[in-house]
Amino acid sequence: MPYSLPLFGGILIGLSAVVMLLFIGRITGISSIIWSAIAEAGTSAWRWAFLVGLVTGPLAFHSLSGQPAPTPNASPWWLAVVAGLFVGYGTRLGSGCTSGHGVCGLGRLSLRSLIATLTFMATGIATVYVLRHVMEGAV
Amino acid sequence: MSAIVALIAGILFGTGLAMSGMTDTAKVQGFLDLFGAWVPDLAFVMGGAVLVTAIAFRFVLKRQAPLLVERFHLPTARDIDPSLLGGAALFGIGWGLYGYCPGPAVAALAYLDWQPALFVLAMLAGMGFRQLTAR
Repeated sequence: MPYSLPLFGGILIGLSAVVMLLFIGRITGISSIIWSAIAEAGTSAWRWAFLVGLVTGPLAFHSLSGQPAPTPNASPWWLAVVAGLFVGYGTRLGSGCTSGHGVCGLGRLSLRSLIATLTFMATGIATVYVLRHVMEGAV
Repeated sequence: MSAIVALIAGILFGTGLAMSGMTDTAKVQGFLDLFGAWVPDLAFVMGGAVLVTAIAFRFVLKRQAPLLVERFHLPTARDIDPSLLGGAALFGIGWGLYGYCPGPAVAALAYLDWQPALFVLAMLAGMGFRQLTAR
Protein backbone atom coordinates (compact mmCIF):
# COMPACT_ATOMS: atom_id res chain seq x y z
CA MET A 1 0.00 0.00 0.00
CA PRO A 2 1.63 3.24 -1.14
CA TYR A 3 0.42 5.49 1.66
CA SER A 4 0.30 3.01 4.53
CA LEU A 5 3.15 4.63 6.47
CA PRO A 6 1.57 8.12 6.48
CA LEU A 7 -1.77 6.55 7.40
CA PHE A 8 -0.36 4.41 10.25
CA GLY A 9 1.73 7.35 11.44
CA GLY A 10 -1.40 9.49 11.49
CA ILE A 11 -3.27 6.81 13.46
CA LEU A 12 -0.44 6.79 16.05
CA ILE A 13 -0.71 10.57 16.33
CA GLY A 14 -4.47 10.26 16.85
CA LEU A 15 -3.96 7.54 19.49
CA SER A 16 -1.49 9.78 21.29
CA ALA A 17 -4.12 12.54 21.47
CA VAL A 18 -6.71 10.03 22.76
CA VAL A 19 -4.35 8.78 25.48
CA MET A 20 -3.70 12.37 26.62
CA LEU A 21 -7.41 13.24 26.79
CA LEU A 22 -8.55 9.97 28.34
CA PHE A 23 -5.90 9.74 31.06
CA ILE A 24 -4.95 13.32 31.93
CA GLY A 25 -7.76 15.34 30.34
CA ARG A 26 -5.46 17.41 28.14
CA ILE A 27 -5.67 18.53 24.52
CA THR A 28 -2.50 17.57 22.62
CA GLY A 29 -1.72 21.02 21.26
CA ILE A 30 2.02 21.06 20.83
CA SER A 31 2.47 24.84 20.46
CA SER A 32 0.67 25.30 23.80
CA ILE A 33 2.55 22.44 25.44
CA ILE A 34 5.92 23.92 24.42
CA TRP A 35 5.07 27.43 25.52
CA SER A 36 3.48 26.43 28.83
CA ALA A 37 6.34 24.02 29.57
CA ILE A 38 8.53 27.13 29.77
CA ALA A 39 6.07 29.78 31.02
CA GLU A 40 4.52 27.53 33.71
CA ALA A 41 7.57 25.40 34.37
CA GLY A 42 6.57 24.69 37.98
CA THR A 43 3.40 22.77 37.09
CA SER A 44 4.55 21.30 33.80
CA ALA A 45 6.10 17.90 34.56
CA TRP A 46 3.65 16.24 32.18
CA ARG A 47 4.46 18.76 29.44
CA TRP A 48 8.23 18.18 29.71
CA ALA A 49 7.61 14.43 29.77
CA PHE A 50 5.55 14.70 26.58
CA LEU A 51 8.28 16.74 24.86
CA VAL A 52 10.96 14.22 25.87
CA GLY A 53 8.79 11.51 24.35
CA LEU A 54 8.25 13.58 21.22
CA VAL A 55 12.03 13.63 20.60
CA THR A 56 12.49 10.00 21.68
CA GLY A 57 9.87 8.70 19.22
CA PRO A 58 11.80 9.52 16.03
CA LEU A 59 15.04 8.15 17.55
CA ALA A 60 13.29 4.86 18.27
CA PHE A 61 11.53 4.77 14.90
CA HIS A 62 14.60 5.36 12.75
CA SER A 63 16.84 2.99 14.71
CA LEU A 64 14.26 0.17 14.79
CA SER A 65 12.96 0.53 11.22
CA GLY A 66 16.30 1.25 9.58
CA GLN A 67 14.67 4.14 7.69
CA PRO A 68 17.20 6.95 7.30
CA ALA A 69 16.51 10.30 8.97
CA PRO A 70 15.16 12.86 6.48
CA THR A 71 17.52 15.30 4.80
CA PRO A 72 17.43 18.67 6.61
CA ASN A 73 15.87 21.65 4.84
CA ALA A 74 18.40 23.11 2.38
CA SER A 75 17.03 26.68 2.57
CA PRO A 76 19.33 29.43 3.89
CA TRP A 77 19.60 29.72 7.69
CA TRP A 78 17.73 33.02 7.89
CA LEU A 79 14.64 31.41 6.38
CA ALA A 80 14.51 29.04 9.37
CA VAL A 81 14.61 32.12 11.62
CA VAL A 82 11.90 34.01 9.72
CA ALA A 83 9.67 30.93 9.44
CA GLY A 84 10.16 30.05 13.12
CA LEU A 85 9.19 33.58 14.19
CA PHE A 86 6.01 33.40 12.09
CA VAL A 87 5.12 29.95 13.44
CA GLY A 88 5.78 30.93 17.06
CA TYR A 89 3.95 34.26 16.93
CA GLY A 90 1.09 32.89 14.84
CA THR A 91 0.42 29.80 16.93
CA ARG A 92 0.24 31.84 20.16
CA LEU A 93 -1.97 34.52 18.60
CA GLY A 94 -4.21 31.92 16.95
CA SER A 95 -4.25 29.59 20.01
CA GLY A 96 -2.94 26.50 18.29
CA CYS A 97 -1.27 24.67 15.45
CA THR A 98 -1.68 21.55 13.34
CA SER A 99 -2.05 19.33 16.41
CA GLY A 100 -4.28 21.48 18.65
CA HIS A 101 -6.57 22.87 15.96
CA GLY A 102 -6.05 20.17 13.33
CA VAL A 103 -5.87 16.77 15.04
CA CYS A 104 -7.68 17.61 18.32
CA GLY A 105 -9.95 20.50 17.35
CA LEU A 106 -11.34 18.73 14.31
CA GLY A 107 -11.75 15.61 16.48
CA ARG A 108 -13.88 17.67 18.90
CA LEU A 109 -15.85 19.06 15.93
CA SER A 110 -14.86 22.61 16.93
CA LEU A 111 -15.90 25.23 14.39
CA ARG A 112 -13.11 27.55 15.62
CA SER A 113 -10.52 24.87 14.93
CA LEU A 114 -11.99 24.07 11.52
CA ILE A 115 -11.74 27.74 10.53
CA ALA A 116 -8.17 27.95 11.90
CA THR A 117 -7.14 24.77 10.07
CA LEU A 118 -8.59 25.96 6.75
CA THR A 119 -6.86 29.32 7.26
CA PHE A 120 -3.35 27.97 7.93
CA MET A 121 -3.73 25.42 5.14
CA ALA A 122 -4.69 28.21 2.75
CA THR A 123 -1.84 30.56 3.69
CA GLY A 124 0.60 27.61 3.73
CA ILE A 125 -0.44 26.65 0.20
CA ALA A 126 -0.27 30.29 -0.95
CA THR A 127 3.20 30.69 0.60
CA VAL A 128 4.60 27.59 -1.11
CA TYR A 129 3.00 28.76 -4.36
CA VAL A 130 4.80 32.10 -4.14
CA LEU A 131 8.06 30.44 -3.03
CA ARG A 132 8.14 27.84 -5.80
CA HIS A 133 6.16 29.24 -8.70
CA VAL A 134 6.48 33.03 -8.43
CA MET A 135 9.94 33.46 -6.93
CA GLU A 136 10.98 30.12 -8.50
CA GLY A 137 13.54 29.06 -5.98
CA ALA A 138 15.08 32.49 -5.41
CA VAL A 139 15.50 31.48 -1.75
CA MET B 1 1.74 9.12 36.94
CA SER B 2 0.50 11.88 34.60
CA ALA B 3 4.08 12.41 33.48
CA ILE B 4 4.51 8.73 32.61
CA VAL B 5 1.33 8.77 30.52
CA ALA B 6 2.46 11.98 28.81
CA LEU B 7 5.88 10.44 28.10
CA ILE B 8 4.24 7.43 26.44
CA ALA B 9 1.86 9.71 24.49
CA GLY B 10 4.85 11.81 23.39
CA ILE B 11 6.69 8.72 22.16
CA LEU B 12 3.58 7.64 20.21
CA PHE B 13 3.26 11.12 18.71
CA GLY B 14 6.94 11.39 17.78
CA THR B 15 6.97 7.90 16.30
CA GLY B 16 3.87 8.77 14.27
CA LEU B 17 5.49 11.93 12.94
CA ALA B 18 8.71 10.16 11.94
CA MET B 19 6.86 7.18 10.43
CA SER B 20 4.56 9.39 8.39
CA GLY B 21 7.39 11.53 7.03
CA MET B 22 6.21 14.72 8.74
CA THR B 23 9.70 15.44 10.10
CA ASP B 24 10.77 15.76 6.44
CA THR B 25 10.22 19.39 5.43
CA ALA B 26 10.34 18.43 1.74
CA LYS B 27 7.26 16.20 2.17
CA VAL B 28 5.33 18.87 4.07
CA GLN B 29 6.16 21.60 1.56
CA GLY B 30 5.35 19.08 -1.18
CA PHE B 31 1.88 18.67 0.30
CA LEU B 32 1.39 22.42 0.39
CA ASP B 33 2.58 22.66 -3.23
CA LEU B 34 -0.94 22.08 -4.50
CA PHE B 35 -0.21 23.72 -7.86
CA GLY B 36 3.10 21.92 -8.43
CA ALA B 37 4.42 18.41 -7.77
CA TRP B 38 1.83 17.63 -5.08
CA VAL B 39 2.84 15.09 -2.40
CA PRO B 40 -0.37 13.72 -0.82
CA ASP B 41 1.21 12.10 2.28
CA LEU B 42 0.04 14.74 4.77
CA ALA B 43 -3.58 14.17 3.75
CA PHE B 44 -3.27 10.55 4.92
CA VAL B 45 -1.56 11.60 8.15
CA MET B 46 -4.26 14.14 8.99
CA GLY B 47 -6.98 11.77 7.81
CA GLY B 48 -5.69 8.90 9.98
CA ALA B 49 -5.23 11.11 13.03
CA VAL B 50 -8.62 12.87 12.79
CA LEU B 51 -10.39 9.57 12.11
CA VAL B 52 -9.08 8.27 15.44
CA THR B 53 -9.77 11.44 17.45
CA ALA B 54 -13.21 12.07 15.94
CA ILE B 55 -14.36 8.58 16.93
CA ALA B 56 -12.59 8.20 20.28
CA PHE B 57 -13.08 11.74 21.65
CA ARG B 58 -16.85 11.24 21.52
CA PHE B 59 -16.58 8.36 23.98
CA VAL B 60 -13.86 9.94 26.12
CA LEU B 61 -15.78 13.21 26.55
CA LYS B 62 -18.90 11.34 27.70
CA ARG B 63 -16.99 10.53 30.89
CA GLN B 64 -17.39 12.72 33.98
CA ALA B 65 -13.62 12.98 34.33
CA PRO B 66 -10.38 11.63 32.86
CA LEU B 67 -8.88 8.49 34.41
CA LEU B 68 -6.01 10.09 36.34
CA VAL B 69 -7.05 13.68 37.14
CA GLU B 70 -10.22 15.33 38.43
CA ARG B 71 -11.33 17.19 35.30
CA PHE B 72 -10.90 17.78 31.57
CA HIS B 73 -8.97 20.88 30.51
CA LEU B 74 -10.71 21.94 27.30
CA PRO B 75 -10.50 25.20 25.33
CA THR B 76 -13.42 27.47 26.19
CA ALA B 77 -13.10 30.07 23.39
CA ARG B 78 -15.91 29.97 20.83
CA ASP B 79 -15.44 33.19 18.85
CA ILE B 80 -14.10 33.32 15.33
CA ASP B 81 -12.13 36.52 16.04
CA PRO B 82 -9.31 38.42 14.30
CA SER B 83 -6.71 36.83 16.62
CA LEU B 84 -7.72 33.34 15.55
CA LEU B 85 -7.75 34.22 11.85
CA GLY B 86 -4.63 36.40 11.92
CA GLY B 87 -2.69 33.95 14.07
CA ALA B 88 -3.61 30.97 11.90
CA ALA B 89 -2.75 32.96 8.74
CA LEU B 90 0.70 33.93 10.10
CA PHE B 91 1.35 30.39 11.29
CA GLY B 92 0.50 29.03 7.82
CA ILE B 93 2.97 31.43 6.19
CA GLY B 94 5.78 30.24 8.46
CA TRP B 95 4.75 26.63 7.92
CA GLY B 96 4.90 27.07 4.14
CA LEU B 97 8.20 28.96 4.25
CA TYR B 98 10.11 26.13 5.88
CA GLY B 99 7.90 23.04 6.19
CA TYR B 100 7.87 22.74 9.99
CA CYS B 101 4.93 23.16 12.31
CA PRO B 102 5.70 23.00 16.07
CA GLY B 103 5.41 19.22 16.63
CA PRO B 104 7.63 18.05 13.77
CA ALA B 105 10.15 20.82 14.51
CA VAL B 106 10.59 19.58 18.09
CA ALA B 107 10.56 15.92 17.01
CA ALA B 108 13.26 16.68 14.42
CA LEU B 109 15.58 17.86 17.22
CA ALA B 110 16.25 14.11 17.50
CA TYR B 111 18.33 14.29 14.31
CA LEU B 112 20.86 16.68 15.90
CA ASP B 113 20.95 18.94 12.83
CA TRP B 114 21.22 22.71 13.26
CA GLN B 115 18.12 23.45 11.13
CA PRO B 116 15.42 22.23 13.54
CA ALA B 117 17.33 23.67 16.51
CA LEU B 118 17.50 27.13 14.92
CA PHE B 119 13.85 26.90 13.89
CA VAL B 120 12.72 25.93 17.41
CA LEU B 121 14.73 28.79 18.95
CA ALA B 122 13.16 31.28 16.53
CA MET B 123 9.72 29.78 17.23
CA LEU B 124 10.20 30.25 20.99
CA ALA B 125 11.28 33.85 20.32
CA GLY B 126 8.13 34.39 18.25
CA MET B 127 5.99 32.94 21.05
CA GLY B 128 7.73 35.16 23.58
CA PHE B 129 7.23 38.20 21.38
CA ARG B 130 3.50 37.47 21.21
CA GLN B 131 3.28 37.09 25.00
CA LEU B 132 5.12 40.40 25.53
CA THR B 133 2.97 42.35 23.10
CA ALA B 134 -0.27 40.80 24.39
CA ARG B 135 -0.09 42.65 27.70
